[in-house]
Amino acid sequence: MADGVAGRDKCGEQRLVSLPLSRIRVIMKSSPEVSSINQEALVLTAKATELFVQYLATYSYRHGSGKEKKALTYSDLSNTAEESETFQFLADILPKKILASKYLKMLKEKREDDEEEEKDESDADEAES
Amino acid sequence: MAERPEDLNLPNAVITRIIKEALPDGVNISKEARSAISRAASVFVLYATSCANNFAMKGKRKTLNASDVLSAMEEMEFQRFITPLKEALEAYRREQKGKKEASEQKKKDKDKKTDSEEQDKSRDEDNDEDEERLEEEEQNEEEEVDN
Repeated sequence: MADGVAGRDKCGEQRLVSLPLSRIRVIMKSSPEVSSINQEALVLTAKATELFVQYLATYSYRHGSGKEKKALTYSDLSNTAEESETFQFLADILPKKILASKYLKMLKEKREDDEEEEKDESDADEAES
Repeated sequence: MAERPEDLNLPNAVITRIIKEALPDGVNISKEARSAISRAASVFVLYATSCANNFAMKGKRKTLNASDVLSAMEEMEFQRFITPLKEALEAYRREQKGKKEASEQKKKDKDKKTDSEEQDKSRDEDNDEDEERLEEEEQNEEEEVDN
């Protein structure tokens, strides 16, 4: 398993981490409160990200629809984000997909509910005064 | 340095390779799924960084270090990553130590060569003295670095 994550560079040497450290650093630095990052922290974050990618992929695949499945799809991932506590933080960026018509219907129903509430509230106010 | 949007993404080829190596052979990964995992990975980096930074601030430090990252994993409930991360850290430290020793060895060889060219006749005696001196220097350098 450890071999799986170590990448090989052009010379064929085994590397500890496959993801480019420079890119990881850019993402880390985009976080406003961060001042500086020591090299070890950078390497560990890159490595952790690789482990995360593996974990997200295998988890989603295993919990996906049907055992004969030969594919990993977007909905497997969004299901994981919604159902697993560990992956909850991804819920906003991996939203479930619904048909546009269904969404518009939901909006309409919500609007009607809101109008109902307002009406009830104003009736209550009138009753009090 | 302004970040362009694509800089916050990780390279597709590497992400794809990691996914493929993790899943059983012959499993297809849709383009959407790949893109989603890539975005998720970027979000993970941000989340982990923010979390690690909290630990650094608690320790009144401005620089994120390895233990901050490990604490962050614990906090984020990715305890399963901690053992492989510690192993990776050990391997990285060994690698760094090896590199340092290799460059010091080069310097040592270079100095030795220069010295023996200068002192041909009394070579044996002088070389012994040089070795002792170089060993001392090495030790001193190591102490400085550890501090």
